[in-house]
Amino acid sequence: MDKKRRDFLKVAGATTLAGLGGPAIVERLVSGSSPVQAKAAHGERLAGHGADTHAGAAGHGEETVKSGNRFGMIVDLRKFKQYPELIEKVVHACHAEHNVPHFPTRKDEIKWIWPTEYEKAFTEHSQYYKDKPTISNEVLVLCNHCDEPPCVKACPTRATFKNKDGIVAMDYHRCIGCRFCMAACPYGARSFNWLDPRVGLDMNHINRYFPTRMRGVVEKCNFCAERIGLGKKPKCVEVCGETRAMIFGNLNDPNSEIRKALKENYTIQRKPSAGTHPSVFYIV
Amino acid sequence: MFEKALKGNNYYWIWLAFLGTFMGIAAFCYVRQFNYGLGLTGMSRDVSWGLYISQFTFLVGVAAGGVMLVLPYYIHNYKAFGKITILGEFLAISALLMCLSFIVVDLGQPMRMLNVIFHAQPRSMLFYDMIVLNGYLFLNILCGWVILTAERKQVPPPKWIYFFVYLSIPFAVSIHTVTAMLYCGLPGRHFWLSAIVAPRFLASAFAAGPALIVVVALILKRVADFDAGKQALDKVATIVLYAALVNVFFVGLEFFVGFYSNIPGHKHTLQYLFFGLEHHGHMYNNLVPFMWGFVVLFVVGVALLSIPYTRKQNDFWLGAGCAAIFISFWLDKGIGFVLGGFVPSPLDEITEYYPTANEIFIALGIWAMGFFVLTILYKIAIGVEHEIEA
Amino acid sequence: MYDSGKIIPGLIIFVLFITFPVWYNHGAARAVPQPELPKTLKECVLPAADMRSEHMQLLNQWRDKVLRTGDRSFDVKIGDKEYQKSLMNTCMQCHTSKKKFCDTCHTYASVTPYCWDCHIAPVE
Repeated sequence: MDKKRRDFLKVAGATTLAGLGGPAIVERLVSGSSPVQAKAAHGERLAGHGADTHAGAAGHGEETVKSGNRFGMIVDLRKFKQYPELIEKVVHACHAEHNVPHFPTRKDEIKWIWPTEYEKAFTEHSQYYKDKPTISNEVLVLCNHCDEPPCVKACPTRATFKNKDGIVAMDYHRCIGCRFCMAACPYGARSFNWLDPRVGLDMNHINRYFPTRMRGVVEKCNFCAERIGLGKKPKCVEVCGETRAMIFGNLNDPNSEIRKALKENYTIQRKPSAGTHPSVFYIV
Repeated sequence: MFEKALKGNNYYWIWLAFLGTFMGIAAFCYVRQFNYGLGLTGMSRDVSWGLYISQFTFLVGVAAGGVMLVLPYYIHNYKAFGKITILGEFLAISALLMCLSFIVVDLGQPMRMLNVIFHAQPRSMLFYDMIVLNGYLFLNILCGWVILTAERKQVPPPKWIYFFVYLSIPFAVSIHTVTAMLYCGLPGRHFWLSAIVAPRFLASAFAAGPALIVVVALILKRVADFDAGKQALDKVATIVLYAALVNVFFVGLEFFVGFYSNIPGHKHTLQYLFFGLEHHGHMYNNLVPFMWGFVVLFVVGVALLSIPYTRKQNDFWLGAGCAAIFISFWLDKGIGFVLGGFVPSPLDEITEYYPTANEIFIALGIWAMGFFVLTILYKIAIGVEHEIEA
Repeated sequence: MYDSGKIIPGLIIFVLFITFPVWYNHGAARAVPQPELPKTLKECVLPAADMRSEHMQLLNQWRDKVLRTGDRSFDVKIGDKEYQKSLMNTCMQCHTSKKKFCDTCHTYASVTPYCWDCHIAPVE
């Protein structure tokens, strides 16, 4: 209880300072970083932008030492083309693993990962005279676990937040259901529980090791934080298995599988102009 | 002073009973929504805010509009507003109560509402909105009540209250600025992502709020023997006229940026709102009538307020002009702005929103609650006025 | 006092009304609940008295550690055995009946925690 009050006072103090000293101070206080760290974070941002940085190279390419993890994912659309049944398998595995309910009406729909058309996933990319394989691609879309998540900024209760692994997580206990995050997300990755989710679940065939959600909260893909924490891969990646249609790993580790794949392939991201720095990459 | 609200003629009680009926229906509908969930509304995954938040947005403007009476009276010492300034302050109180109610009925987990304080996130614009809305509500209750009490005793109001009166002026601007920032800071929504949203909100607020005050003042003149004064109403009408023109000028600028730059994201929502958007062979245009209603009523309102005969000779036409502006801007901001922003969705899909009956009755009931409070507050204010005159 | 004939009876009715639960249930104290304990283990993660008074804070701490800090380590000990911090995957593995364990006290104390809105109770 005491801790709560202290937290509250801290926030109250920070807010007062915000009024007096402008947003820059708040930014520091909230992120708890010194100017030096803030600078380092900026460097990381540049690197994360997709600029191909060479270790030891001159200029801004010099890599900043990064602390902590930032998990990311590659979705290889070529592989999904090769194994067409994989998409449905992935979606089903994810939704079964996380007890994501199924509602027949589009209005009440809840989804964590789902296929959509190329032109809907990549709205900012040119659609003119695209080659047939590209334009007919089914693209799996999910939460991008952005490095600069607009939903986290929008959430008035910190119910959604970026955790130590760079995963944009949800604390369903805290969500008040204001849906500001849904308006803020540029990728349409979030769903709201308009109804009791258990109505849309077969309660006899659910994953008994993972909770459901309750009515009135927002939900989305959690990058399988509960599995990563136990050293497993996300369910979707596990289902893809040897096809390597989805690659998962730590973007901050230059020797990780995902970084190697990023170095070898041309990848694109959804809506780069939104400045959110997604952690999900696509090989078209 | 509350006792003044307890004595009234039959019309007064019938009016309150009429509003009370709607409040009762809304309470019943809200219980249904509370027990069943927001699935009882027409909102969807794509259009995740509906009638509630759009009414909230519009009413913040009505609350902020009261400052157009407070500012000339207290800063510029414009004496003609002496009698109607209190109407502005009391209008702000009831509009803010409606705003807060609309927020609460929109929450998926209203019982956890206080998490906004317990786990405050100072980077969220909703946090600041909560502070300024509640702050402005408090300031208006304080100033309105203290000044009315002083008036009743026929003594000048205490000096300290002026600090709060002056403070309420930047607060009025801030409530609507912060409300605009809820929208214009979101990276994925092109229609909202515009620096002119806040000025546009303020302009429409400074038209809609005072327009409602003129209409109410004209009604009070007939039913409650309260004359705000010809000069005062004429001045308020001037304010309404200019603010309305500025608002529509800003809307025009949005059109210019969208259509001249030809950037799809900037154009799509405007196309959807005013002309309808074709998508996969289907025409989506359910908001088009509302937006042309906005344009037509705006032209009618501006005409009625600019032609000397309708403006100065005839109370009916003056009231009609102000009512036209008020409804026009309700269509623009209370319908089009919020609902249009969700079209197209981030995945370039179009989902249209139709509120359900349950949702409409809750919204109507909150409006009725606002006017219920407004009626009581105005009854008290006018009662004091009559007491002094007697 | 004006209208004392109305005010005093009014006050009495008001006081009676708000104390209704007290006098209505007077003398009808129900039996102290006897939650059914697991047969497999004799010890819990904390002594019984602490669990009785503080299990809710403990669950909140676990929740915050797991969800917000991301600390999913198996650092809860009973004797030498380590468990993960989890209501569904640790507590309810021994306390296999929500009805016979959780609900007995919660019903008695008339509290309705919202745990089970999301978390899944064991099959009974």
